[in-house]
Amino acid sequence: MSAPILDIRNLTVELPKGADRRNAVENVSFAVYPGEIVCVVGESGSGKSVSSHAVMGLLPKGQLKATEGEIMLEGEDVLQATSSRLRALRGTRMSMIFQEPMTALNPVVTCGEQIDEVLQIHTSLGASERKEKVLAVMESVRLPDPAKLFDAYPHQLSGGQRQRIMIAQALVLDPVLLIADEPTTALDVTTQAQILKLIAEMQERRGTGVLFITHDFGVVAEIAHRVVVMQRGRVVETGTAMEVLKNPQHPYTKMLINAVPTLTPPVREERTGELALETVKLCKVYGGGGFFQKKREVRAASDVEIRVRRGETLGIVGESGSGKSTVARCIARLIQPTSGGIVVSNIDIANLPERQLRPHRKHCQIVFQDPYRSLNPRRSVGASIIEGPMNFGMSEAAAIAKSRDLMNLVGLSPDALDRYPHQFSGGQRQRICIARALAMEPEILIADEAVSALDVSVQAQVLDLLDDVRKKFDLAVLFITHDLRVAAQICDRIAVMQNGVVVEHGKTAEIFAAPQHEYTRALFEAAPGRNFQFARVA
Amino acid sequence: MTAPASSEPVASADAPIAAPAKPTVWRKLFRSPSVVIGLAIVLVMVFIGLIAPLIATADPTAINPGARNRVPMATSTMRLDDGTRATVTHYMGTDTLGRDVFSRVVYGARVSIFIGIAVALLSISIGLVIGMIAGYIRWLDGIIMRIMDGLMAIPAILLAIAVVSLSRAGIVSVIIAIVVPEVPRVVRLVRSVVLSVREEPYVEAAVVSGTPTVKLVLRHILPNTVAPLIVQGTFICASAILVEAILSFLGIGIPPDIPTWGNIMAEGRQLFRIFPHNILYPGIFLALTVLAVNMLGDGLRDTLDPKMEKRG
Repeated sequence: MSAPILDIRNLTVELPKGADRRNAVENVSFAVYPGEIVCVVGESGSGKSVSSHAVMGLLPKGQLKATEGEIMLEGEDVLQATSSRLRALRGTRMSMIFQEPMTALNPVVTCGEQIDEVLQIHTSLGASERKEKVLAVMESVRLPDPAKLFDAYPHQLSGGQRQRIMIAQALVLDPVLLIADEPTTALDVTTQAQILKLIAEMQERRGTGVLFITHDFGVVAEIAHRVVVMQRGRVVETGTAMEVLKNPQHPYTKMLINAVPTLTPPVREERTGELALETVKLCKVYGGGGFFQKKREVRAASDVEIRVRRGETLGIVGESGSGKSTVARCIARLIQPTSGGIVVSNIDIANLPERQLRPHRKHCQIVFQDPYRSLNPRRSVGASIIEGPMNFGMSEAAAIAKSRDLMNLVGLSPDALDRYPHQFSGGQRQRICIARALAMEPEILIADEAVSALDVSVQAQVLDLLDDVRKKFDLAVLFITHDLRVAAQICDRIAVMQNGVVVEHGKTAEIFAAPQHEYTRALFEAAPGRNFQFARVA
Repeated sequence: MTAPASSEPVASADAPIAAPAKPTVWRKLFRSPSVVIGLAIVLVMVFIGLIAPLIATADPTAINPGARNRVPMATSTMRLDDGTRATVTHYMGTDTLGRDVFSRVVYGARVSIFIGIAVALLSISIGLVIGMIAGYIRWLDGIIMRIMDGLMAIPAILLAIAVVSLSRAGIVSVIIAIVVPEVPRVVRLVRSVVLSVREEPYVEAAVVSGTPTVKLVLRHILPNTVAPLIVQGTFICASAILVEAILSFLGIGIPPDIPTWGNIMAEGRQLFRIFPHNILYPGIFLALTVLAVNMLGDGLRDTLDPKMEKRG
């Protein structure tokens, strides 16, 4: 093998004083050879982003500083480079794409100009030559109609197209190293599949070395040649993709791989509990009306009919904008449906005014996606948990006793009730949110992307907890997710939504075995690492 | 779930690790030089206003025809109430009626600071209630905000002239005239906070657990408005002090027999070229107070405004 294009040796980056550990990354060494994709995998806080930012010389000044080691880019130590040398290297020898293409692109400059800017800075080409080159690179990232998109602003493009613009910008000068920092995390699964394919293709065609940061083992299985696993700032395992995924050595890698839910749904018994929730032709239309002229109408949900029995988990699966959250928010009556019925314990709550609705509020509770925003930061978690029961007349002493039991149930110490949300980790907060929902003794629990913001190991624990409480309280669970792997594991039945319509509906095992609708098939096709059997090791 | 979590202990079961102690808000405030300096000057001014009767060298309204237009540090003899005569040093000279400027300036601090605080408190409490309603009751929002837009179009000085000509010149008219155009600004601020906070999942969670609307607003939404309102309040206070001085200077504010900084300057206007002290001293006090309140507000904004704070 030829010399590595990127060789990180014993890199240590110090954290500011008062952080939870001394170094953000410690003694990290790995290399990227020409024409290979190296995936750096780890959970949040593992130091994977810090390492990649150190390579680009993008560590926040005054906060993080590389104290030891060297980062050799084609034999040149980046850590010793002056800032003008770094500027010259960025874009020409190494470049980077980011997680959120909307914020990484300048909203007031056209896409073409943003790519052109790289050429203006680093080359002495004339205007027409530059334009030719920009159009060529836009063509090569498979953007439709480059001449038209050249003059488009970022907001006029879809998320996938924006990420393609970012990639075009990064690759226009043929750098030897491309750093991709979670480039597909913010994208829908079908778009993610296309972008992954594009990155692999570009890398192969141009012989670029790619440093790919991700937390998703499905993505790793899809594109990685070699894998670097990081935990708390240290590299715990490196090896080829096959070695690491099929035969992981380090316990942490094993744990991570075991926590990846499989796409094969387990055998589930038929639930025959009484019907807890039924929606009848549920519709939600946004817009319309308007004072001076009729506004554009968006049908976020149309004629949605779902039924959930007690003790059953129904998954609503779909990409962003499919209307799955709208359905959940209608059922929780956070928004009022435009038409249709929501039958909870034999009463149609779809159009009840707030005052008559209140007694029914306790039947249906919801757990939200973002664990950092779902608890009032100014109130202790105990106060948050007892609020609901006390609204329905429970005495404070009884509510506190109950919240202590619930804290035990969700695996937290009851003594932590006096603490404030910022003192808990994301997974712990999500447990608290589940405790808060359970405090109302609901019949229906809605989990709106409840595990999507969590690291994969924590995700597995919270999913287990959700399944436990479903059994224990015979709950009807409505599980909203975009993640097919998670849906396969926890749902008894699945409803697939696209553009506000339920396109397919059935038992999980049946849908996974033989998807009927073409959209469902496309979703399955796009699931990263779908053909890969991860090693299951104890 | 097939994924066993057994390979790692359930970290959540342990008592959570306490976050590293954050410096409290008070600590942060007292570390900001503009808060400390601003607050110190404001407190000195409030103190001067409070002890005005003790430090004033003469009755601020007593006319002494024998000692008109004296320069600073001049002395004069005065007849006191009990008939004895006393020698008074006029630290800041006297005005055209022989009134002691120092005593008038000291008493003037009372009016200015009172009006500043009263206007700030009134416009914030009125604006808070209206803003909450506009932000929370969606169908009222459009109506309320159009009315507020209308109110914002009224200039304070014209409104003051109207209020004074309708009733009488006095502190109450001045306060009304300044409060009315300030309220819409507070309403806008509160409404924007309410609109963003009501979308927060923790507010929605409270809705789902059946929290009555009033409780919901007081418990989950109101606390979020406190910090921006404190900041806005100091800016309103500073501008109210200034507007009051302008109105008094123009003769449409506080009646001339009550000593206020604006009134003192208005009196000194005609003889400004010969005796600048009549305008200079109240002007310095006015400028210093407004500067201090604004500095305090800036410092408070830097420490309290979440937008100014780095994520960490």
